[in-house]
Amino acid sequence: MAVLTYRDALTQALREELQRDDRVFLMGEEVAQYNGAYKVSKGLLDEFGPMRIVDTPITELGFAGVGVGAAMVGLRPIVEFMTWNFALLALDEVVNAAAKMHYMSGGQYKMPMVFRGPNGAALQLSAQHSQAWESWLAHIPGLKVCTPGTPADAKGLLKSAIRDDNPVVFLEGEMLYNVKGEVPEGEHIIPIGVAELKREGDHCSVITHGKMVLVAMRVADDLAKEGINIDVVDLRTVRPMDVEAISRSVQKTNRAVVLEEGWEICGMGSQVVDFIQRECFDDLDAPVLRVHQEDVPMPYAKNLERAAKPDAGKTIAAIRKVMYLD
Amino acid sequence: MSTETKRPVTQKPKDKPTARNNGADGTGKEPPKEFAGTTPELRRELLHSMLLQRRFEERCAEAYALGKIGGFCHLYIGQEAISTGVMSMIRPDDYVITAYRDHGQALARGISPRAIMAELFGRDAGVSGGKGGSMHLFDSQTNFLGGHGIVGSHVPIAAGVGFAIKYRRGNQVCVCFFGEAAVNIGAFHEALNMASLWDLPVIFIIENNRYGMGTAISRSTANEDVLVRAKGYRMEGETVDGQDVFAVRESMTRAIERARKEKRPTLIEMKTYRFMGHSMSDAVSGTYRTKDELEENMKRDPILLLHNKMYEAGELTEGEMHKIDDEAKAIAQDAWDFADASPEPPLEKLYTDVYTDTSS
Amino acid sequence: MATKVVMEALSPTMEEGRLVKWNKNEGDQVKSGDVLAEVETDKAVMELVARGDGVLRKRLANEGDASPVGTLIAVIAGADENIDSIVASAGAASAPATAPAQPAQAAQGTEAGSAPSEAPAPPQQKAPTQAPSAPPRPTPPAPPRPPSAPPAPPRGNGASRPAPAGGGRQRSSPLARRLATEKGIHLGAIQGTGPGGRIVKRDIENAKAAGVAAGPSAAAERLATEGDFKDVPLTQIRKTIARRLAESNGPVPTFFLTAEFDATRAAELRTQLLEMGEEYKVSFNDIVIRAVALALAEHPEVNAHWLGDKIRHFNRIHVAMAVAVEDGLITPVLFDADRMTLWDISGKARDLAKRARERKLLPEEYTGSTFSVSNLGMFGIDQFTAIINPPEAGILAIGGVEEKPIVADGQLEVRQRMRVTMSCDHRVIDGATGAKFLQTVRRYIENPLSLII
Repeated sequence: MAVLTYRDALTQALREELQRDDRVFLMGEEVAQYNGAYKVSKGLLDEFGPMRIVDTPITELGFAGVGVGAAMVGLRPIVEFMTWNFALLALDEVVNAAAKMHYMSGGQYKMPMVFRGPNGAALQLSAQHSQAWESWLAHIPGLKVCTPGTPADAKGLLKSAIRDDNPVVFLEGEMLYNVKGEVPEGEHIIPIGVAELKREGDHCSVITHGKMVLVAMRVADDLAKEGINIDVVDLRTVRPMDVEAISRSVQKTNRAVVLEEGWEICGMGSQVVDFIQRECFDDLDAPVLRVHQEDVPMPYAKNLERAAKPDAGKTIAAIRKVMYLD
Repeated sequence: MSTETKRPVTQKPKDKPTARNNGADGTGKEPPKEFAGTTPELRRELLHSMLLQRRFEERCAEAYALGKIGGFCHLYIGQEAISTGVMSMIRPDDYVITAYRDHGQALARGISPRAIMAELFGRDAGVSGGKGGSMHLFDSQTNFLGGHGIVGSHVPIAAGVGFAIKYRRGNQVCVCFFGEAAVNIGAFHEALNMASLWDLPVIFIIENNRYGMGTAISRSTANEDVLVRAKGYRMEGETVDGQDVFAVRESMTRAIERARKEKRPTLIEMKTYRFMGHSMSDAVSGTYRTKDELEENMKRDPILLLHNKMYEAGELTEGEMHKIDDEAKAIAQDAWDFADASPEPPLEKLYTDVYTDTSS
Repeated sequence: MATKVVMEALSPTMEEGRLVKWNKNEGDQVKSGDVLAEVETDKAVMELVARGDGVLRKRLANEGDASPVGTLIAVIAGADENIDSIVASAGAASAPATAPAQPAQAAQGTEAGSAPSEAPAPPQQKAPTQAPSAPPRPTPPAPPRPPSAPPAPPRGNGASRPAPAGGGRQRSSPLARRLATEKGIHLGAIQGTGPGGRIVKRDIENAKAAGVAAGPSAAAERLATEGDFKDVPLTQIRKTIARRLAESNGPVPTFFLTAEFDATRAAELRTQLLEMGEEYKVSFNDIVIRAVALALAEHPEVNAHWLGDKIRHFNRIHVAMAVAVEDGLITPVLFDADRMTLWDISGKARDLAKRARERKLLPEEYTGSTFSVSNLGMFGIDQFTAIINPPEAGILAIGGVEEKPIVADGQLEVRQRMRVTMSCDHRVIDGATGAKFLQTVRRYIENPLSLII
């Protein structure tokens, strides 16, 4: 099996889908001539031309709306936000138009579009360029929200997202683009809404998504040396969330830690905890704990940023706590 | 979604050949210049369409007061020449998108009055299945893309439709209506910039009725000459008297040609006036505009203007006017009766159409 | 101003007192110094006096109940005074706030009312024979019981459970509660090791391994059916001995009796039965269980439970047999084993063992025994000592049957021999009692035809 970077896996998915259906097009800032701010769209302009790989002005709200209009009349736009931090400007089109169009038109207009881009923190990008947006977007009925954490998942999910006739929010990560992993060739499709058990163990469930999947895997490896074996449930999609996968794991291990990169209050993890307490109440031997960013805007200084972010150490501490080990 | 086959825009009265047709009138009067390019039948249709909108909106006001229509209800009364004039110029395969003051445009586009009223009454037979309401009328059969509630947010969507037309190398146009207050919002600027930058076949129509809700344009807009913005985006533009259906049509001729042939957008300011408040929750006059002003402007009622022209040209008698008006009232009444008797959406439909199961 | 009436330390060594008799009724007017009740201490029967004036509004202990020193046993208050909060706190059977640590402190009594304390009777008064004087009291008081006898606390719902030791709500994880219910374990008997004393899964697992039987559970209720037992109240002497023994030897003061039985004739019987057909096949274990059951019928004082303040001799005989399962041990019960034939026992034992290994046993199938038997012979063990399953009084451990040379009547012979060890709770079974019981068991095993009569 080929080993690709997350970035290349995305490029492969884009290329394959652009080839497969000529209603698909990509638009965003610097996607064409610049080959993409993060090079995800490298080479696509040359292959597909300027009508299908479209450079936009810096007009997030505007070009998100352009995508909505195009989708309404039958095209399949992929709207790239250079980072999801900028998408805050576009939320009116994403939420009030794309998410609600099918419903408020009584089913007449579909929104077969994808909003994608890097989400969450990178390194020292400071407060305005480091936010994780999944909980804001997963809140909205009408949207689907995907959060792949590995190259294989990135490819498989992006293909599904592009083929889906619903508006799909696709959250990538700058820190993920260089991660390597095995990626199946060809028609590698991962259904939206299905989690994957990335590691198996009986002692504790760690439920996570996106960038934090790698942290969880590292934690699993470290703890295995001590004889502690954890389940790592990679959600892969946060809306709709695979509640069955979560329940199966927690019913087996009786304890759970939810790991996410966003903030605590009303963060994505709080929804996971709600599902667990509802579905697995009688199986819990300990309260469910969460590991997340500290409740502060992301600081610039390296040491402060490191302290703000969730990491393997904090995750291990939480796991040990729910196992009553300390 | 309409429950009956599409009615034509107007119901053609059974025309008897008279000496008055084609302007050959027994009195020998010359037809006005602006009649050029239209037939008496068409002019009757235009009149009928405007009257239908007027009578329909009046019933809406009544229905709202009786609690049959809930939420927000923004009436189009006084602006009928714009909707009628524009819709009479475009093709069925062209696209229309508008803001929340959409009843008039929907009727002028030919959507069933029954289906519209049912939507306003929140019934299953409504155009949007009762799921949208007054501000969200959608009809895919007539390419009526809604009905949008956030000021200016549909303007980029119109640009997107233009983009799709160009992408497919079609020659349709997309007509986009909004009020003059929307020319201040970011989405408007972003959309116009892209439409001009990318040569998109979109006709942006400013329905300048001088008031953005309770705020006169002089209090909200640094440059009240709204049309100057066209220049700012290297776009063609013009200002027309929106109460004059012929002027509206004429400006559309140029814009449509520009869109279809040159693939260039146009910004048209159509000056108009609304006779009711911003919405049913808003006073008709006496708060931010005086009664005198209202009455003064009502003298330029677009229906009256058309009627007078046709009457003076000798092609419309008072009797015929009443007949057309009666038909309009009857259709409005029929729409009310239909809506009132329609069932509400079944509770299961609460959960339908949040997502679609399809993929490609 | 209400006066709390608590069980007072009426002697320097007293840790609990049994309320023998109430002298006042609810509603009676009392004043300071009136004798409220007679209380049996560790040494004698003493008078408990009122330490405040008012109406005896509530009596919280019944005659015959024993309460630790410091327990609220009554409330004196104004006739219309609201005493709800005081009474409610009585549900928290709290450990005495001031465990009498030294005799000097005991002389002042505990948190009585506002009246100055009266000097209690001198400690040496009417002391029954007692070997050493009571040792210094570093140990915590005996596990508290509620002053009155409440119904069995509901299981499986920590929130509504009356609070146990410590005065706080007993915490338990939802999983622990579920497991406790499934295994018939009473949460009140368990000390939680989670934060705040939370009972968690490992506590249930450890409790099961240690054989913590159900307290007021279905099993106990089954065993408590009227007519199926006779209770012998403990005298204070018995209690004191028991307590001292317990303090010196862990929770259950155990001693062990070993014997070697001749199993030759039992082996022959087995062979003969096998020749008769598969359906007559029995194992040594079956034989032992039947022998034990019949012996228990003759020695009811061994077929007994230690219940803390009394010993219960059971009229019915339910023998538990230890079965090794994948991750531990489980003890399915043969109910009324004395009334089962050898073949009944054989069939039932086989079925229970099989289902035990498949984890298909129901709680009522592995709780409610009166005595236990454990057999490690099939694992090549000659002899071992088993641990008693409290509240049982004894357990018999069976080793393997092996061919051995013995001397009989001066002659060397080769016989089948079986070594057994009985662990006995000394609070219930004395050496002689246990030995006699084993003699009876020997008689049955060495004369195996008596098992099938």
